Amino acid sequence: MSADTPDNTNQAAEAGPALSPLLTKVTELLGAMVLEHHSFRSDDRIHVERENIVQAATILRDDPDLAFDLLLDVTAVDYYGQPDDFETKPMIWDRNTSSMRKLPLRRHQLVLPPKGPHPRFAVVYHLMSTKHLHRLRIKSRVPEDDPSIATLTTVWPGANWLERETWDLYGIRFNGHPDLRRIYLYEEFVGHPLRKDYDKRHEQPIEPYVGPAAKEPRRPQ
Amino acid sequence: MSDLLQKNLVAPNNLKGTGRPDAFDDLNTQPMRIQFGPSHPATHGTVKIELDLEGERVVDADVQVGYLHRGFEKECETGFFYQNIPYTDRLNYSSAILNNVGYCLAVEKLFDIKTPPRCNFIRLIGSEISRIADHLLAIGASAMELAAFTPMLYLLEGRELMYDLSDAICGARVTTNFTRIGGISADLPDGFKNFAIERLDKTIKLIDDADRLLTENPIFRERTEGTGHFPANDLLAWGVTGPILRAGGIPYDVRRVTPYLVYDQIDFDVPVGEHSDNFDRYLVRMEEVRQSRRMIMQCLDKLPDGPVNVDDPRVRWPAKGKVFSRMEELIDQFKLVLEGGMPPAGEVYHAVEAANGELGFYIVSDGTGKAWKCRCRAPSFSNMSPLKHMLIGGQLADVVPTFGMMNMIGGECDR
Repeated sequence: MSADTPDNTNQAAEAGPALSPLLTKVTELLGAMVLEHHSFRSDDRIHVERENIVQAATILRDDPDLAFDLLLDVTAVDYYGQPDDFETKPMIWDRNTSSMRKLPLRRHQLVLPPKGPHPRFAVVYHLMSTKHLHRLRIKSRVPEDDPSIATLTTVWPGANWLERETWDLYGIRFNGHPDLRRIYLYEEFVGHPLRKDYDKRHEQPIEPYVGPAAKEPRRPQ
Repeated sequence: MSDLLQKNLVAPNNLKGTGRPDAFDDLNTQPMRIQFGPSHPATHGTVKIELDLEGERVVDADVQVGYLHRGFEKECETGFFYQNIPYTDRLNYSSAILNNVGYCLAVEKLFDIKTPPRCNFIRLIGSEISRIADHLLAIGASAMELAAFTPMLYLLEGRELMYDLSDAICGARVTTNFTRIGGISADLPDGFKNFAIERLDKTIKLIDDADRLLTENPIFRERTEGTGHFPANDLLAWGVTGPILRAGGIPYDVRRVTPYLVYDQIDFDVPVGEHSDNFDRYLVRMEEVRQSRRMIMQCLDKLPDGPVNVDDPRVRWPAKGKVFSRMEELIDQFKLVLEGGMPPAGEVYHAVEAANGELGFYIVSDGTGKAWKCRCRAPSFSNMSPLKHMLIGGQLADVVPTFGMMNMIGGECDR
């Protein structure tokens, strides 16, 4: 932790002295880009601002001591109505008392305000180094009114389909993505089904198939 | 039509002494777009590939998946942790036990549960049985698509023998629902060891037969050697794992690099290829089948005694007799039915080596009995993403072996 970020230092002190060697190295290298770090069940995780995600990913990939050469997974988490990650602040909004109260609550007791004080989505990246055999999770919060983040296809081309899937199911745009189409669902589908406010039982009409000749060319050719 | 005829007639006279390809350079040929799939007799798996062809050469391809999307992750958010295990059977339906094990290990990591050693050994046996079945299907189906029908019959017979073993350990052949959180559905039946050894010996004979029919077969080698090539570093950058990555020479195997269950207690080799083409992918799979058999044999020898289920009231189902006679067990039963097991709030990622690569489950919990999010990192999905680049530049006929060796499983890729 660098000295000019007092908030982060406090958080690190709260998390306890047992900082894993990987997190020590990552926080040294990324400095103030790491908003928060956490270890749970030997999984290491850092939070990064979405503006810094490409820079952080490039550093993590290119540093010889970290060498994260394998991007395993890109996905998102919808913290709809939740103030923050569950493990850092296990609190929940209570309508009756109009205040935060502690977990656990039963699921049907959840009262979801339309917008939490924190960004609603978190984009989650899972990295692996086949050289040093360590794993890291990067999270980056994305607000509801502008759900977009820079693409990582320039760093790992394998992010291509994974980001398309995240766009399809969560509606998070990846700026600069070469081919941001839906991947599972059809183009006429309305909404993004893995969002928490999308009802599971909601049905949509199946659009008749339109042949490729009738559609516009999908690839710039 | 008339244009084409005229050019055919005129060109050879105008270009005397030149080779035939040059003579046709001025032919006005348009790239042809063909729809390969979604239900094509030469593909196993529901996927559509739009191919742009110039002659028989593939100049562009667009792989479209999603035909089997069933909303696995949305469904997992609505059930208790133990209710989601049957859904994982339907991810990779040709190696269901591997998915069961992967999901349960992730949930146990969240609960911080250590399963008993006997359970770990039996889970390993089940996983390797599944892996053999999956590889035999992948090789057999790919060979059949290249018109080698006999090896497929041999290999599918071997797969049937593996399904017999799966039947013996959990009573089901395909959709196994084998594991429980903190254990497995049942202990091994009596006499399983001899039964398994007999079935494995039969299987290995069938594999040897198929090996002799395929590996030195000139047609099979001509069609697989050198096709579907992809450089090893690009494989890593595209997130490819499993036999396809190892066929490129990178020995990345989750069983070896981050051992789970008891993979650190038994001997096995990680086969790697060197050319990163379809033939090496075939060879790596063949060798992995033999290694899996070796692992099962060791596990059968080393199998310890003891319980197979963990005794943790958050996840174990109490014995029925005690539920009706004792209050604590009655309460446990009520809590499990009404609330599910309550894990601590947090998020975990756990990976296992499935038949096609790294199968990871990323579970976010808010402290209730249901997952806030349950994400499946499917190996088929990441493996399919660079398929486009393996196809471009090759012949139309190479699409079939390349796609076959990717072994895309629709249920896992589309979830």
